[in-house]
Amino acid sequence: MSDATVGQVKPAPVRFRFDRWAPALLLLAAVTIYVVACLATGQTQYLNWNNLLAVLGRSIALGITAIGQTFVILVASIDLSVASLISAVTVVASVIMNGNPAMIVPAIGAALVMGGLVGLINGLIVTRLDVNPLIATLGMSLVIQGCLSAFVSNFAGAVPPEFQFFAYGNLLGFPFAILFFFALALLAFFALRFTRFGSNVYAVGGNQDAARFAGISTEKVIIAAHVICSLCATVAGLYLASRLRSGAPWIGANGVYDLESIAVVVIGGTVLAGGRGGIWGTVAGVMIFSLIDSIFNVLGVDAFVKQVLRGIIIVAAVAFYAVRTKRIVA
Amino acid sequence: MTETPVIEMKGIGKRFPGVVALHDVGFACQRGEVHALVGENGAGKSTLIKILSGVYQPDDGDVLVEGKPVRFRHPVDALAAGISVIYQEFSLLPERTVTQNIFLGREITRNWMLDDAAMRVETQRVLDMFGAGSRIDPDALVSELDVASQQMVEIAKALSLNARVLVMDEPTAALNESECRELFEIVDKLRDHGTAVIYITHRMREVTRLADRVTVLKDGEVAARFASVPEPSAIVHAMVGRDIADFYAPFATPDEIGATVLSVQGGGNSALRNIDFELKAGEILGFAGIQGAGRVALAMAMFGARPFDTGTMTLAGETVHFTHPRQAIRAGIGLLPGDRKGEGLTLMQSVRDNGMLTPRAFGSLVGSHKKNGFIDLAGMDALLDRMEVKAASYEQDIKFLSGGNQQKAIVARWLALKPKVLIFIEPTRGIDVNAKAGIYHLMRDLARAGAGIIMISSDLPEVIGAADRILVMREGTIVAAHTAGASETAIMLDATGEQEVAA
Repeated sequence: MSDATVGQVKPAPVRFRFDRWAPALLLLAAVTIYVVACLATGQTQYLNWNNLLAVLGRSIALGITAIGQTFVILVASIDLSVASLISAVTVVASVIMNGNPAMIVPAIGAALVMGGLVGLINGLIVTRLDVNPLIATLGMSLVIQGCLSAFVSNFAGAVPPEFQFFAYGNLLGFPFAILFFFALALLAFFALRFTRFGSNVYAVGGNQDAARFAGISTEKVIIAAHVICSLCATVAGLYLASRLRSGAPWIGANGVYDLESIAVVVIGGTVLAGGRGGIWGTVAGVMIFSLIDSIFNVLGVDAFVKQVLRGIIIVAAVAFYAVRTKRIVA
Repeated sequence: MTETPVIEMKGIGKRFPGVVALHDVGFACQRGEVHALVGENGAGKSTLIKILSGVYQPDDGDVLVEGKPVRFRHPVDALAAGISVIYQEFSLLPERTVTQNIFLGREITRNWMLDDAAMRVETQRVLDMFGAGSRIDPDALVSELDVASQQMVEIAKALSLNARVLVMDEPTAALNESECRELFEIVDKLRDHGTAVIYITHRMREVTRLADRVTVLKDGEVAARFASVPEPSAIVHAMVGRDIADFYAPFATPDEIGATVLSVQGGGNSALRNIDFELKAGEILGFAGIQGAGRVALAMAMFGARPFDTGTMTLAGETVHFTHPRQAIRAGIGLLPGDRKGEGLTLMQSVRDNGMLTPRAFGSLVGSHKKNGFIDLAGMDALLDRMEVKAASYEQDIKFLSGGNQQKAIVARWLALKPKVLIFIEPTRGIDVNAKAGIYHLMRDLARAGAGIIMISSDLPEVIGAADRILVMREGTIVAAHTAGASETAIMLDATGEQEVAA
């Protein structure tokens, strides 16, 4: 059989798969509501480019964390230790820097080593000791937070102005942090879609036994996903240190980065059972989250009511998928 | 036979703590041969296959590929040697495409990037090899395919690995009639290609249709070897170790049949129309028909899960209309679902808890878990004893029991409520031959005790052998009635609607 005869593969049929586009639809709905809210209340000053960047800018830390969380959820694991890790990173990085620009690189290095270790330990506990990831990472979270609280209770260290570029700097007319976030998302997308590692991530999350019988070292894939997740949380911590100009042991818990990162991943269409979803969904989820906040601000909704509405919106979004796709969701 | 067999197993022995699973088992398969491996559940077929595929290591004996002894330490070793196994539970990823599944774990890459185009071309080539190319789109998600197509994807996966030996473990278990025929054609094509096919089944029809040689396993040993396909009865005799004369229970005698216990007149809903029938106490009423003819829909309507919209149903003389299974159960109807694991059992709980499930659900909300208005734990144990449920203890998780014993535990659950009508859906699916006989006799005992039994089964010989009366359904309604021992042909003609044309 020559290549000429077998090469006639019919082109991939264009097929609309609702669940793949649902995050985009939700995002569109959120944008529409935002615009309508601004117009209806006459606050058209919020409808410009700078304000859009500001809306995005508020969610950088959450977005970076959620990119990592997407990897662990795709392999059917989960990471509850990201919030504590973020707090620890801000403190460690800013204490090491202590206002000295020469210490920026060592501080980043130390933070990444710490994050990588946390991810490695999470991954090892989940795979080798067979502990449910919910429990394993919850334990890790308590350990990190406990160690941190033993040493510091409020702002610690100082971040030199050079490092504040991460949060406040501009590049090519855009805030550097936003460019960084999208570059990271692009990298993650590339890894998931175009590499064997990404293919293995979906295989392990979809059916661990099938993956193992196909010769994939499932444990290594799960550990790698946890390391990636912790490294993303580390980067989010570095960003927050840069933004706060100091380290704060409460910043992770305050931002609820553990639960919110899971929430945006799920809103983005990634299934908690693993094996289905992707980075662009998560990016859409992050944007939806910050738009919801902006809508509430525009409408002047009370802070507590806001919380209630956010809870309802998360559940409603997941139910929206479940009803429309008639498949197991989250 | 001078050719070296592509795969041979010699003197294989395997012991697990407390049991000898396999003892001195051997068989060989040539290129282009379909070798049927038959035996009851628990005869050692799956252990043998797991040794062949590298999941288990044998304690004694050798596996030879092309005459050379090999040792598989991991399933991947067996795959590399050209041995692929298609298990009953597919190892496919539903959310990935056909191509992605076929290249799982061995994706083609170019410059560190997945080469989607090359993989799609290869997938199409393999699918075309056995004529599935027009049916399956390489870019379709596996979850969008029907079961038969999913199986073809598994076969394509094996072929793309250049499998010399393909093991198929009860491949027709989830297929309907026409899908079975398609599968048989594919097996024929594989044989023509020179693939050695090891075909595991306990359906005689498939053995006679496909096999070149037959090996029968019983209790972990080779009970018989046939160099050509013998009479089915010879195989069954070797498998069961007894004749099938007493396989089915005797039919009901006229004086065992009592008054009408349940009747439906003009019943209908979105899946059913003009349902008219009567069920008498003491009889087993069989429902035959092809998949989707409405038999399960009828059961669900009687059970209140998907109620009738029209018509009347009477139970023990009273007109009833159930809109929820709880009402039906309270009135005396029990149902044994076709999907035992999915709908019938709480797998992680004990045998006893599974037996107590329904009695507890209908006991008082604040009562004891040990006894309720229907039965207590001792009574449940006695019931399980009486039905000869084989378990290490009734405290054992029910997931460890064989299908037949699980089915008996579900029957025990209903017996505690003393139902007037019991509906069995596919009561012997996935159950081995001896246990099947046990279920038939159990159904007969229940009928003799005065219950009306409805039996819905896609296994036509079983309906003919076990039911006193057979109703045939087609397109949502009852089209014919047959008495005990009707011919298979007559029922199939009714079920498929060919009769009008033939007559």
